[in-house]
Formats: sequence, C-alpha cells, structure tokens
Amino acid sequence: MENMHLKLKIWRQGGKFPQKGQFVTYELDNVSEHMSFLEMLDVLNEKLIAQREEPVAFEHDCREGICGTCSMVINGHPHGPNSGTTTCQLHMRFFRDGDTITVEPFRAKSFPVIKDLVVERAAFDRIIQAGGFVSVNTGQAQDANAIPVSKESATVAFDAAACIGCGACVAACPNASAMLFVSAKVSHLAMLPQGKVEAKRRALAMVKQMDLEGFGNCSNVTACEAECPKEISVENIARLNREYISAAFAYDEKEEKGGGAG
Amino acid sequence: MALNGKVPAGNLTEKWTKYRASMPLVAPNNKRRLDIIVVGSGLAGAAAAASLGELGYNVKCFTFHDSPRRAHSIAAQGGINAAKNYRNDGDSTYRLFYDTIKGGDYRAREANVYRLAEVSASIIDQAVAQGVPFAREYGGLLDNRSFGGVQVSRTFYARGQTGQQLLIGAYQSLSRQISLGTVEMYNRHEMLDVVLVDGKARGIIARNLLTGELERHAAHAVVLATGGYGNVFYLSTNAMMCNVTAAWRSVRRGALMANPCFTQIHPTCIPVSGDYQSKLTLMSESLRNDGRVWVPKKQEDAAAIRSGHKNALDIPEEDRDYFLERRYPAFGNLVPRDVASRAAKVACDEGLGVAPTGLAVYLDFSAAIERYGRSKAGVMGLHSPDQKTVIELGENVVEEKYGNLFAMYEKITGENPYKMPMKIYPAVHYTMGGLWVDYNLETNIPGLFAAGECNFSDHGANRLGASALMQGLADGYFVLPYTIGNFLSNDIRTPKFDPNSAEFMQAEADVKGRIDKLMGVQGKQSVESFHRRLGKIMWEKCGMARNAEGLTAARRQIQELREEFYKDVFVPGSATGDYNPELEKALRVADFFEMGELMVIDALNREESCGGHFREEHRTEEGEALRDDANFAYVAAWAYNGWDTDPVLHKEELVFENVELKSRSYK
Repeated sequence: MENMHLKLKIWRQGGKFPQKGQFVTYELDNVSEHMSFLEMLDVLNEKLIAQREEPVAFEHDCREGICGTCSMVINGHPHGPNSGTTTCQLHMRFFRDGDTITVEPFRAKSFPVIKDLVVERAAFDRIIQAGGFVSVNTGQAQDANAIPVSKESATVAFDAAACIGCGACVAACPNASAMLFVSAKVSHLAMLPQGKVEAKRRALAMVKQMDLEGFGNCSNVTACEAECPKEISVENIARLNREYISAAFAYDEKEEKGGGAG
Repeated sequence: MALNGKVPAGNLTEKWTKYRASMPLVAPNNKRRLDIIVVGSGLAGAAAAASLGELGYNVKCFTFHDSPRRAHSIAAQGGINAAKNYRNDGDSTYRLFYDTIKGGDYRAREANVYRLAEVSASIIDQAVAQGVPFAREYGGLLDNRSFGGVQVSRTFYARGQTGQQLLIGAYQSLSRQISLGTVEMYNRHEMLDVVLVDGKARGIIARNLLTGELERHAAHAVVLATGGYGNVFYLSTNAMMCNVTAAWRSVRRGALMANPCFTQIHPTCIPVSGDYQSKLTLMSESLRNDGRVWVPKKQEDAAAIRSGHKNALDIPEEDRDYFLERRYPAFGNLVPRDVASRAAKVACDEGLGVAPTGLAVYLDFSAAIERYGRSKAGVMGLHSPDQKTVIELGENVVEEKYGNLFAMYEKITGENPYKMPMKIYPAVHYTMGGLWVDYNLETNIPGLFAAGECNFSDHGANRLGASALMQGLADGYFVLPYTIGNFLSNDIRTPKFDPNSAEFMQAEADVKGRIDKLMGVQGKQSVESFHRRLGKIMWEKCGMARNAEGLTAARRQIQELREEFYKDVFVPGSATGDYNPELEKALRVADFFEMGELMVIDALNREESCGGHFREEHRTEEGEALRDDANFAYVAAWAYNGWDTDPVLHKEELVFENVELKSRSYK
C-alpha cells in the first residue's frame, strides 16, 4: 500500500484546547509507508498550519532512537506497537490504509502534561542527581587500563547503560513505577569496579528520591521491559532489589560524616 | 582587526605544559565569588559545567532540551580517538596530531591540534573512571578499532553508541555538581542573545520555552557549547533542534565566524527517500572497517537496479567497481570522509547510482561476513565448515560489532543488510567552521568562550572520524577549565553583574523586537517550508561541489528567500504564556538565513579546494582537491554587521612550523 488514508485520534491539551485535555480526530491523506511516525505528524502539522489551526505539540529531536526525547503512547503502547523501537523510528509501513490511530501523552503522576503530547520528565534528572553517578572529579582518573573489567561484566553494564531516559517504562506500568529506569542506572554502575565503591549509597539515595517523586511501586508486571525501546531487562530490578536490601541492612549513614583530618 | 591566536612560544611539544604551569590562577576562595554561564549541555557543555563546578565556580548551565542528557552528542555512533597506543601499532601524540592536521587539509592551527592530541589520553581515563562501558576484550582491557584517514587503531568505542555513553558520563558528573549546588541547571531555556558590558561578555538573554518569558542572566564569563550549524541545509544527520542561534547572536554582537564554508558531508548515510523527509540518518564510519563500497561497472546494470529489474546480488563480482579500493589503494575504504563522499558523488554523476533517485552506492558486508565466519569456525575447531555455517557464524560476529546499526538500517529502510548490501549516500553531518577562538578558546569578545563543535579550532577543512567526541570533551574537561582562569583572574574583585542594568534591558528589548517582528508577519507559509527551501539552495550550490556561478546565484536566492520569509511567514500561537515550538523554529530559521549567506560568501572567497570545501574550478587532473597554500593558508574570520553591508574578512595566517604542507594523498 503506497499511500494511506488515516484517522488520527490525538490528545490535545492546553493552548486553544481545554486545560483538562480531550481527544480530537484528524483525517490525513497520502501518508507514505516510508514516512516515520513523526514525519507523518509533521505532515499533519503542516496541514494544520496551512488551515491556521494550532499544530500538535510533541517532543522529538534526534529522530534516530537515541536521545530519548520523543515519547507518546500510540494505540495503547508507549512508542507504538513495535518492540525495541522509539516513536521516531516507527515507520508507517507498520500501519494499514484506513487505520484509526490513537495518540496520547505518557500518563503518570510524576510526568505532568505540559501541552498535547508533551510531558515533563525532570523527575528522572532529580533521581540521577540523587546518586546516579561515580563521585570522581575531572583529572582524578588513573590509566584507563589499570583495572581490567571482564567482558561479561562490561556487557551487562552496557546493556543497562543503554537506557535513553525516555520514561516509556513508567508510562507502561500500571503503577507508574520507575523501577526499570532506576535499576538500570544502579546496575550499570554497580557492575563496574569504578561504580561498585558507592553502590550501596547510590541504591539507597536513588530509591529514596524515586519515592519522593511519587512514582509507584513495582509489582512485577514487567510491562516496562516489554515496552522499553532499548529492551532493558527486568533482571536489573532484581539486581537493584538485592543491592537495596543489602544496603538497607549494611549501610550506615554515619559513614558519610568523615569530618576534617585537621 | 588583527587576529592574535595567542599561541604560546616554545616547542610544539612543550607549549601546553609550560603555558598551563605559568598561567594565572584563581584561588579557591575567589572562585566562589565568580559566576560562569555555560550554554549547552552536550559533551563540551556538560564537561565544562561539571569541571568548572568541581573547581568551585558558580555555574549556571542552560539547555533548550527538557534534560541535559539529550544533546546531539548523544547520537555519535562510532567512537572516540585517543593516542594511547594500546595496540602497539606505532601510535603517539605526534601521530594523532599529524593525522588530524593532514586530515584537516592543513587548515587548522598546529598548537591547538597538538594540545588536543596531548589531552586525548586523559579523556579515556576520565570516561572509564566515570563508568563509561567501553568495549573490552576477553582479557578485560579496552578494545580499539580504526577510523578513516589513519593507519592505526586508536578509536575507543561503546558498541555503536559511543556518544551516548560518553554524554551520559558527562551528564552524571554534571548531575553530581547540580546535587552539590555548584551548578544550577536551566532546562527548556534557549539563549537568544549575549550581553556585553564594557565590551566584555557578562550575561545572556534566555527564553523560557514553556512560558515564553525572557530572562536576563548575568555572570563574569559566558561559555558557548552550542554545537554546529549543519541544519542550515535542512536535511542533515543533526538532530532537529540543532541550530546556530547562540553562536550567530554572538556574531551579531561582534564575535567573528571562522571558516563557515567548511562543512562535512559524511559519506555513509541512509539515502533520501521522499519530500516529507525531516532528517537523514548516519550509518557509522566504523562500518567502513568491514564494509566495501561499490557500484556496478556498467550503466545498464545500474539502470536495471534503479528500475527494480535487478538487485545487488545479480551483479557478478567482475562487474562491480569497488571504487575507493581502486582509486585509493593505500587507505581503501577508509579514506577520509570528504574523499569518500566526493567519490560516491562522482560515481552517481556517471549514472552508476543504485537507488531509484540515482543517488546511492552500495556498502557491502558479504566479504567481511565470510572472513569472520571462517575465522570463527577455526576458533571453534570446525575444519571444513559448509558455506551456510560460515555465513551464520560470520553474521553473528558482524552483529556483535554493528548489531544496533544494522537494526537501525533495517527499521528505516525495511531491508536486511546482512543479506543485501546497504544503500548509502553522503549527507551533511558536521561543521568544522564556527566561532573564531584563540588558544584559550576565547572569542574576540573578551569573556566569551566557545567549546566543542561551535568553535572552529581543531579540524581544519575536514574532521577525521571519532574526533568530534575527542574535541568536545578535551575542550570541556581539560582545556577550558584552565584557560578561563586567564580571563577570570582579572575579575576576582569584580562584583556580581546586575541583570537589571541598561545593557541587559536593551538586549532583552532587542530580543523581544525580533520575536514581535516574526509573530507580526502572519503570512501564509510555514517556517518549515522556508527552511526546506533554504536547505535546498545550500545543498545544491554550497554542498559537496561548489563553483563561483552557483555560489553567486545562491547568495541572491538566499537574500530573496529571506525577504519573502519576513513578508510571508506564518508563526501560529502566541509568544508568551504558551509552549510554542513553531516560534522556536522561526527564530532559528531566521538566523540560518544569515549564516547560510555567510557560508556562501566564504565559499566564494576561498578560491581553492581543501577538505570538505571543493571548488570545481580548483582540482587536479585526477579530480582531487587542489589547495592553494600560497594564497589561502589562513583562517577566514568574518565580521557581520547586518544585511546592508558586506561581511568584513579578517585573516589569521596559519603558521606551520612542525609539519610540511603537502598535497594530501591517500593513494
């Protein structure tokens, strides 16, 4: 099917639309199967602009699946129905002529809607700021090959580090839990000797911030893994739980207060 | 204006060490009293903001993204160079320096490039310490691969996502400083002007993208790390929001734009498929380690492929032209980007292109799959494996090396690159030109610094693969945190600047004037449509090949289009009280018009071919770029004073004391 006709049911909120939001249906002709989903929305927006209507606000940037900016729930799935794919890499050849496509923002209390399909995900930044780093200043590093890291550990660390911070895991979870995101960062750093040193402190601090941000609890639904565009594994959640439990028992906050050595 | 690069005296190999040891410092108690604004949170910006915060300065960092983890550095795929010589293959600081100078076609400043090579090793150390999961070998040590334009393996990588992993490392360091209170982060803020007080940069005007409000931010110094201007071409591998506004607004306040015509066209991108296309996707240069580039030898075969009557597998080996291997036997498929891009264009111009548009060549992995398959079979002790097993094993090895790139290719094109060669074509990827800076990375406006892709400093007329990540992080972690002290050491008694002073109020009023002007047009055509038309002019007349006639016409067309833009653009919504991405785009496109015109003027002025700048009037008999060192061994730094007067050229002569200027040969 070269050129499709589609019906788009899109969530509009803010601007000229009600603050509480509503679905608005648009018809779009001549959609090429080679377009990406976002290019299809570009075409819709150009049409709306030509009719002097307000274009649909959506976030996007790299359009190659790595920056994590694009979001939206397409036909009930964060980033659309294809596994391991961000919205920007979803192509229209996966849809059929005459389809009705429902497009909504990520929905979670901790991701408030800004406008239409745009949500605020700064809560993720604050979780990283709570401890998702290695405490090393510029210039302190020793030679990169001084500590060998097994290929296996590096691979597991990489698989977790591939997270793009898009928030699909939260949007997919019935509890709006951020456990996959948090566990990916905890695993990434705990699997490497450079990050192992402060692993317990990190796990405690990040989980605490996650709770403060109002994300829900994990009840092992694993929809997060299924919808993650980078296919981050829920094994990371198990790893976080182990890290967290051992930290909660073993880690003494007083270790923090070193005091001056005179 | 006399341009002084402020290169320290002494031997090339000792300049940086001696300079660093003798430059004035700011004591820790004084650092706390000094404010620095960093605009941008990509590799250069995040690294600089984090490092300056660690040193004890008060830093404000601005990004137009929703988070500092999204900058376009994240999309860099292939790797980062460093002169570690872990391969024992003859690499050294000097060799990295030399390769970069030569790769840049002798149009970069020697001292800057040597310093870059010197600090490259520390970047890898720093990244590993941050937890960047670089590729490793079974012994637990770091792996390397090769990139174009070099004959050693010095590229460190993290699958095909090296930029992402390095940016996350820098983002984590930045996040740590935010939590410690040394860096204040401003997400969703776009810089729309720089504010000068007594001729020095002392702040910026930023627009809160959610509310539309303009904000005045004061500091003792301003660092721009705002990336390149490749989106002048509309279609490029850059992210959609990449723009020149921060740099260009500095030019409008007196900063010089250096070598704007030096743009990099990357040879291996997924070809354009239709008019609706919004951006182009890169296929990493690392693929040329194993992929072989070819077109059919016969025009009739190419025509049959274009019309769908044949495919790549129908063309027998003897009817294929592996044109890079044929033309450049010493470097083969790993020639630098400018050379590979032009060769692909020549093949397509000769009617040998393989996509329906005629604009594509093949990148073929079948030989690599077979080679790796045989080797893997050997490792597994299979002595006479059948062809099917070999291919299977080989595909597994290739998947391990390039899996995410192959998957991306298949997602976009719907074709399986393990079975059918990729189709690729050159696309705009990087801009070597940028704000003119001296050895301190300071522009000609005192207190205004530029780091990463937004400065012009290290890559000459062509950047080598895996050197952008290196330069961004070198500037941010290991150069700027030192050199900014040179400027700030004179300001330790200077009180904080008042963002309500006349200079700030005037700059804010100027920005408001620009916004009102665009909102007031209420014409009929979308911002996007103007951007596309500008991009088409730039690509056709100031792209891979340029000539005086085309450039002259382009300048006129850009001016006409700009006039039309200000008469007929339609920006919907309102400027305040609302999130309005169309207005953001309009402000950026308005600056692309001026930048685009300056690129054309620079390309017209540079009557030679070098690196990514290929003037058809200046080529050798074999069709290679013909430099003119006698007349053009200089940095062209332009002052721009508005539409009514021609930009003024200032020259910084390039002095080569350590390398001999030679015709660049990869044969």
